Amino acid sequence: MNLLEVRHVSKNFGSLHAVQDVSLMVAPGELRAIIGPNGAGKTTFFNLITGFFPPSVGEIRFDGADITRVPASGRVRLGMARTFQITEIFPELSVRENVRIAAEAAAGMMLGIFLRRARQEAIAYEIGSAIALAGLTDRAERKVGELAHGDQRAAEIAMALALRPRLLLLDEPTAGMGEQETFEIAALIRRLHRDSGYTIVLIEHDMRVVFHLADRITVLEQGCLLAEGTPAEIAANEAVQAAYLGQSA
Amino acid sequence: MSEATALGAATTPVLSRQRLGLAALWLVLILVPFWVPFVGGYTQLAGRALVLGLAAMALNFLLGFTGVMSFGHAAWFGLGAYGTGLMLRYVTSSTLLATAAGVLLGGVLGTLLGRLLVRRRGVYFAMITIAFGQIFFYIAYRWNSLTGGDDGLRGFQRQPIGFGRLLLDIQGNDIALYYYLLFVFAICVGLMGLLLGSPFGRTLIAIRENERRARFLGIDVERQIWLSFSLSCFFCSAAGALYALLNNFADPMTLHYTLSGEIVIMAVMGGMRSFWGPLLGAAVFVVLQDYVSSMTVNWMSFIGLLFVLVVLFAPRGLLGVLQRETPR
Repeated sequence: MNLLEVRHVSKNFGSLHAVQDVSLMVAPGELRAIIGPNGAGKTTFFNLITGFFPPSVGEIRFDGADITRVPASGRVRLGMARTFQITEIFPELSVRENVRIAAEAAAGMMLGIFLRRARQEAIAYEIGSAIALAGLTDRAERKVGELAHGDQRAAEIAMALALRPRLLLLDEPTAGMGEQETFEIAALIRRLHRDSGYTIVLIEHDMRVVFHLADRITVLEQGCLLAEGTPAEIAANEAVQAAYLGQSA
Repeated sequence: MSEATALGAATTPVLSRQRLGLAALWLVLILVPFWVPFVGGYTQLAGRALVLGLAAMALNFLLGFTGVMSFGHAAWFGLGAYGTGLMLRYVTSSTLLATAAGVLLGGVLGTLLGRLLVRRRGVYFAMITIAFGQIFFYIAYRWNSLTGGDDGLRGFQRQPIGFGRLLLDIQGNDIALYYYLLFVFAICVGLMGLLLGSPFGRTLIAIRENERRARFLGIDVERQIWLSFSLSCFFCSAAGALYALLNNFADPMTLHYTLSGEIVIMAVMGGMRSFWGPLLGAAVFVVLQDYVSSMTVNWMSFIGLLFVLVVLFAPRGLLGVLQRETPR
């Protein structure tokens, strides 16, 4: 069974059809990339999946359950964690505090005042492993706002991991990064996928990253689904070449 | 293991310095009746600073640690004062019960009304809180038969508190009164500290830092803001209840938005990103008010000037100036 099923969703903003009749099936353990030229509706589509706003038409199912009307915070609790195109963190807090807030939220401790020692230790362990997985152990006590751009993004991913997600949604994880940072984030995503078995959906502009990482690729153009397939199929697809690859070549 | 010890070594001195500062602060507060006369103050004035400090810290629970601005906190302060005054005048001679009544009146009404504004942000949130305050102001102002109207609620007296054989004479003894105020202050501040250090408190700081991120961590932002607002109302009502006891008087101006503004000034001037800053802000405000108003009726312009200077040159407030190099 698919982990995420998006069926024929559309989103209109007034007369603007931002997303039109797009479907997407993601299997457990898959890494799916969503690509498309600017204005193709990728981020709108992402916002529909994560519950930033509801679709005008269509249905979204997660792990078999209909979540079309479930708000963003509810989807997070069901196991969908996202990062943003423009890094969204708590800049004044340390990496550890950032991840702690995520871990405690995921553990349902948002109303917690007193915590038993065992619980505290379990949370501390989880925080430590999320930070380690993101490769930030040596920077854990630094204020996130003071870190380099790539490390901030890694911290945001660590927060997402601390939510114990079953689906990770990454909105342009390498946006605005230099060569080295892009390489490091791509390596991190690859580790999460290959070694830790996370199911990941990501939007990405950097084609090297996409073709290097993705199991399958979904191409959007002007709000519509243009093509879907393996990297090899997409690279060979004439419509995609015309609409997208041709444009940048 | 080596990592843990390294971290321990790095954090311990800071922690103990914080503890030391905290112990010193409480010592200063406890010894107030003994040192205040020597610097030209009097215990009643210190009590006033303590009570308004509690109100400013209560506001700051919301403003500084949740990132939501209320311009109507006098409403809860005044309701606390009237609740206590009415209770003492009409119902009971127990100071403790009267204090509790004040806390409940402001806290419960704040909680109920707070539900209406959790979806509002920024200016809209602040405007609605002003409106709430003015509603209660006009009720107290017009309902002569119950509240004494414009003249305020008189005809009640704080009563000595008995603990078995022991009698704490807060009625005739200023020092005993101060310790009662400090007792309630300590309970409230202790609770605030406990809350802010807990997972619950961290969700509030998360909302302050980045609401969108908080939402996408699964935090129910509206519910947390409502809770924070309600708690802040309870603490602020406690301050108002103490204020009524301190003055044996509750007047409509305790509900007025000018007091709301003064509470905001105290919090911001003292340092709204720090836990204790608002207390310092309130102390400076109260002392300046007492001292300057004996020389000129335009005392507010001096406080205004200080406020502007602090906002311009010390965005972290007066406490921020004092502890400039101390990491949080």
